[in-house]
Amino acid sequence: MTPIAYRAERMFATPHAHGGGGVGRIMLLVQLALVPATLFGFWLYGWPAFFLWVVTLLSALVCEFASLRLLGGKAVGRTLFDGSALLTGWLLAMTLPPWSPWWVGALGGGIAIVIGKQVFGGLGQNVFNPAMVARVALLISFPLQLTAWVTPLPLVSIPAPGFLEGLRITLGQAPLPDAMTSASLLGYAKTELARGVDLLHAFSGGHAPRLSWLGVRSGSLGESSALLIFLGGLFLLAAGVIRWHAPVGVLAGVLLPALFAHGVAPERFMSAEQHLLSGALMLCAFFIATDYVTSPTTDPGRLVFGLGVGLMTWIIRTLGGYPEGAAFAVLLMNAMTPIIDRVVKPRILGRTRSGKPLIPRPDMADAGKGG
Amino acid sequence: MNPPVKTLVRDGIWDNNVVFAQMLALCPTMAVTTSGANGLGMGLATTAVLATSNVLVALLRGVVSQEVRIPVFIVLIASLVTVVDMALNAWLHELYKVLGLFIALIVVNCAILGRAEAFASRNGVRASFVDGLAMGLGFTFALVVIGLIREGLGSGTLFAQASQLLGARFAFLEIRLHEHGGALLMILPPGAFAVMGFLLAGKRVLDARLETRRGNAVALPQIPPASA
Repeated sequence: MTPIAYRAERMFATPHAHGGGGVGRIMLLVQLALVPATLFGFWLYGWPAFFLWVVTLLSALVCEFASLRLLGGKAVGRTLFDGSALLTGWLLAMTLPPWSPWWVGALGGGIAIVIGKQVFGGLGQNVFNPAMVARVALLISFPLQLTAWVTPLPLVSIPAPGFLEGLRITLGQAPLPDAMTSASLLGYAKTELARGVDLLHAFSGGHAPRLSWLGVRSGSLGESSALLIFLGGLFLLAAGVIRWHAPVGVLAGVLLPALFAHGVAPERFMSAEQHLLSGALMLCAFFIATDYVTSPTTDPGRLVFGLGVGLMTWIIRTLGGYPEGAAFAVLLMNAMTPIIDRVVKPRILGRTRSGKPLIPRPDMADAGKGG
Repeated sequence: MNPPVKTLVRDGIWDNNVVFAQMLALCPTMAVTTSGANGLGMGLATTAVLATSNVLVALLRGVVSQEVRIPVFIVLIASLVTVVDMALNAWLHELYKVLGLFIALIVVNCAILGRAEAFASRNGVRASFVDGLAMGLGFTFALVVIGLIREGLGSGTLFAQASQLLGARFAFLEIRLHEHGGALLMILPPGAFAVMGFLLAGKRVLDARLETRRGNAVALPQIPPASA
């Protein structure tokens, strides 16, 4: 029988060991971690959110299937149902305005899978996080639809759209009532600052968007309930799917400059809490920045990567043209990943950082010189 | 000794297309193809320069010594571009305002110097003229295709403002596909790269299919299976 270490699909960096499981198991665990926040989002935003989620996932799966067939790869079924395309679609759906028309989700799923992933050669080959590629492409292409946030109408409330009414909203047959859209907190802050109102006044007014850990507020599925996303992230940490370096890096990257700037000039900079609970930050920290494919391979590298994402997010939110910058920050740091991996290298087993053997052996040193 | 006209035309427009096969002149290709009309205008201006520069280079090829040929070619091309630039400014002013800087940049379009060096300096006047014309038309073809795709996806129109370029009689070309606008991204640079990439892939697949049909098996670069 072939020793495990020599079987191609079990090959790992030394020392050879295999934890069991595989791509499918990891993807399943991540999806499990997303379930509470997703269900809460469905309850909060009603049927349209659910329909959009279904459309985005279906589109991702269909595009994955079509790409795999076109590429002529073997084991199309196995790759299709390993959950990677499903997860990409899911993460994208979490970042979209929940009442977007169906074509936003369908197009987004396609962009994520085809342009974000398959043109690079499929799972594990892509440079940029597919869900974030699609998110940014959609935001730049359709700024209007991608910033229409609805005020939450929990499923049980009276004016919440029913099943058929929800279907009509997703199909774009029923226009969004103006009274139901509202600015996100980040967008509100940016607009108020732009028209010369300082933040102390802006947030003390009655129109200011509320902030809540539980998440009864406008936003995307992955934004409203920061708490549930956070708990999902803790679950992934406990399950050993992700490590703490990237999330801590992202949160610290936002927290530190936010604390400092808010402490110095609270009328110009939002507080750390507002930053942490707004936008896609929690989702980004635990689910996006921890993507195996597009983040560095070493723990210190992941910390650097996370810090970069967090810092960039804060910079774009504070100084940039867009109110939210997490997606842009992730893409920028994805591009930096190969460089981080070059600079931050693990120590070779049995050698010092500079590459010398830990225990100098005269015979080996001689052999090295003689060669 | 001159290659037959048919081969020259075929090379210029498809087999050895400036953009899709030689991958030259990508800068103007990406920059001006925000609409079909822009692509057409830029392509035709380049074609005019390319054909005349090829003729002049072929005429001078026996006179110019090897050492100074590149500066001479550049001066020739630069003069021709200046003529085209002034002509467009005078007679097609609207188009000139759109293409603006890129007309002057035809000078550094590597396709033109490339044809002067690779073809016109080694072949007769007639063949060089045909080559310049075919290469230019191939370039125009590429620019129009990319421009139309980006325009259709990005603004929902086809050949918008074509009548400014070709005259009022060609107003029938201007088609509005729908009223919803489009994906702004396609008008922006990333759209150019995406469209270009898919078209390149498409051409290679098509060429391989055509070859196989003719009975010559061609090996496309194979992507190794994800997990063997």
